[in-house]
Amino acid sequence: MTAGPALDPMLPRPYRIRRVHRETHDTFTFELAPAARGEGCSFAPGQFNMLYVFGMGEVPVSISGDTASSPSLHHTTRAVGTVTRAMQALKRGDTLGVRGPFGSSWPVDEAAGRDVIIIAGGIGLAPLRPALYHLLAQRKKYRRISLLYGARTPQDILYRHELEQWRGQFDLDVHVTVDRGSSEWNGNVGVVTKLIQRAPFDRSSAVALICGPEVMMRFTVMELQKHGLPLERTYLSLERNMKCAVGFCGHCQYGPLFICKDGPVFRGDRVAGLLGRAEI
Amino acid sequence: MIQTLEKIIAEHPFFHDLPPHNLQLIAGCAKNVRFEAGQVVFHEGDEADQFYFIREGLVAVELMIPQRGFTTVQTVGEGEMLGWSWLLPPYRWHFGARALQPVRALVFDGKCLRTKCEEDHDLGYEILKRFTHIISERLDATRLQLLDLYGAHA
Repeated sequence: MTAGPALDPMLPRPYRIRRVHRETHDTFTFELAPAARGEGCSFAPGQFNMLYVFGMGEVPVSISGDTASSPSLHHTTRAVGTVTRAMQALKRGDTLGVRGPFGSSWPVDEAAGRDVIIIAGGIGLAPLRPALYHLLAQRKKYRRISLLYGARTPQDILYRHELEQWRGQFDLDVHVTVDRGSSEWNGNVGVVTKLIQRAPFDRSSAVALICGPEVMMRFTVMELQKHGLPLERTYLSLERNMKCAVGFCGHCQYGPLFICKDGPVFRGDRVAGLLGRAEI
Repeated sequence: MIQTLEKIIAEHPFFHDLPPHNLQLIAGCAKNVRFEAGQVVFHEGDEADQFYFIREGLVAVELMIPQRGFTTVQTVGEGEMLGWSWLLPPYRWHFGARALQPVRALVFDGKCLRTKCEEDHDLGYEILKRFTHIISERLDATRLQLLDLYGAHA
């Protein structure tokens, strides 16, 4: 299931910021609503939009909200560049341009009847959150669901309140780790790949959804393979410098693929040979 | 009691495929132990004559940094091994360890096992190979942590 933009894909539509949620010191979530009545579009978990800060520029940002909350959109962004820093300064009531949704999605339908392991690193939890919402909304369709999440420090943990709620659910296995602990942190310290051994799964059918820095995803895939999960049942969300988002401009070319059009979600065996290659 | 320990040990991946006489010998060096949350498992600098197989709970491997206090560099949880300083001279803990949650573990007498490994080099080689695997995994993990992958400019 992959929803596409209904209108001219190059034309941004105005959306108003309905709510701003400050997730961490540099990461925030916008809840956006279409400025024009009756507008809005559906999306599939894993897809992204191009967000346009008028007068500044456009950036690709994954949709981080629930598909059921359409026409509202949630986007979690980290302020790291000129456009995202300008975005961070926006307030409730301000307007953004939105193009999308674009790209491929997490295989939530194919995962029915199987164990699902969701592995996120840093802000990689944002594109996975819609998939998790979907799995939880259709909980009976899936077998064991595990969420393994790694953040830099305890202060960098995203969606802290929701993580606590999810941790309290008996039908969801949640493990969180940080690379650097603090005196107040009594949880796991270490890389996210170490959590894989704590999430038992049926290696003959389980599916893994992975998003984070590419190095983290490479090591995660290797660790999953060590635990008997083949590449064909791993899915990775990749990120490159998306500009047009429809495969015209070539900015996000990744070997023979365009991340914007063929991805951002790829089956592991399709990209495994490309990950870590210096020339790509 | 020894039978039960042998069974627990035999089921752990670390000891997979070891011949029964070796498992029996290793079980002879092991006993059950518990730690309350906050309790010190071992102190940095103390004699390292034991290692642990964590059966339940979470242990922080930590270092005392002047003016910053104890800093956790890693946690070791269910199904994992804790401690390898008992393998190499001067047999002193390079880091301390503290239970973060109530912990149930098997503790192995490293001195006893070292002696047995010296007497039986086949056993010694197997134990060393298996600990090298753990050390290699932890080195990989440490390298990834050093990369600061989730940092703003990673």
